[in-house]
Amino acid sequence: MSLLEPWMMLVVSMVIFGIGLLGLLIRKNLLVMLMCVELMLNGVNLSFVAFSKIHHSLDGHLAVLFVMTVAAAESAVGLGLVIALFRTLRTVDSDQIQILRD
Amino acid sequence: MIDYPLLAFSAFSTIAILGSLMVIFKKNPVASAFALVAVFFSFAGLYALMSAHLVAALQILVYTGAIMVLFVFVIMLLNQDRPVEDFKSSSGIFKLLSGIAVSGFVFALVKVALLARSLTPRGDMTEEKISELGGNVKAIAESLFSDHVLQFEITSFLILAAIVATIALAKRKAHSGRGHS
Repeated sequence: MSLLEPWMMLVVSMVIFGIGLLGLLIRKNLLVMLMCVELMLNGVNLSFVAFSKIHHSLDGHLAVLFVMTVAAAESAVGLGLVIALFRTLRTVDSDQIQILRD
Repeated sequence: MIDYPLLAFSAFSTIAILGSLMVIFKKNPVASAFALVAVFFSFAGLYALMSAHLVAALQILVYTGAIMVLFVFVIMLLNQDRPVEDFKSSSGIFKLLSGIAVSGFVFALVKVALLARSLTPRGDMTEEKISELGGNVKAIAESLFSDHVLQFEITSFLILAAIVATIALAKRKAHSGRGHS
């Protein structure tokens, strides 16, 4: 019998979520900020699977499938937005994107 | 006797945490992207350890196969010639406050995770029941196409909306001077 328990996965998932949140706060490059959003979504996915393992249910796996779809759509639209921004402003620095402020 | 699942869990979680730290601390976005690939692969290993085989396969297919290729392509297309000062140049007190806030948040989440040790199973999908139903993939597919079929159909609308939005965003204007743009 293995000593591996699902709550260990939960700890890892929440640490990854926190790292993604920290990256979203400290970075300025829009591409890396999108990557941090992907990290946060992955952390949530891992906790979905761990909770469905704890609860002996398969609904968490289905939630992960839907979250993956949303993540794919989100990254496609987000990268499209980054390309459109780069085309007009020639930058991906989130601090220099302030056309609404001027 | 070596506890192989625990060993694999230690390896995968170490790679995942170190890789995600590299994602947020590397200056070059390409290095961040490749660290993210390592994180996604180790997540697939963690899913496989929890016998979520379908999710593990989809993790590799969708994340490392589709999303990361998209990211690397966009990094290549943008080709930032001048290096950006990539970390927020905010005051020290803001950095300190955000660090304290994030670490407190993570601490609270980990406490919640430790509370999960006392949870009792509520469903009936034990390992034996799943293998009796014909395996993880078959059980998920039957649930997906019977109980959750409405969500599945809504997902197709979501993908359609994403396709339309991406094309509308990425389409190059032919001549911005002519007509209204």
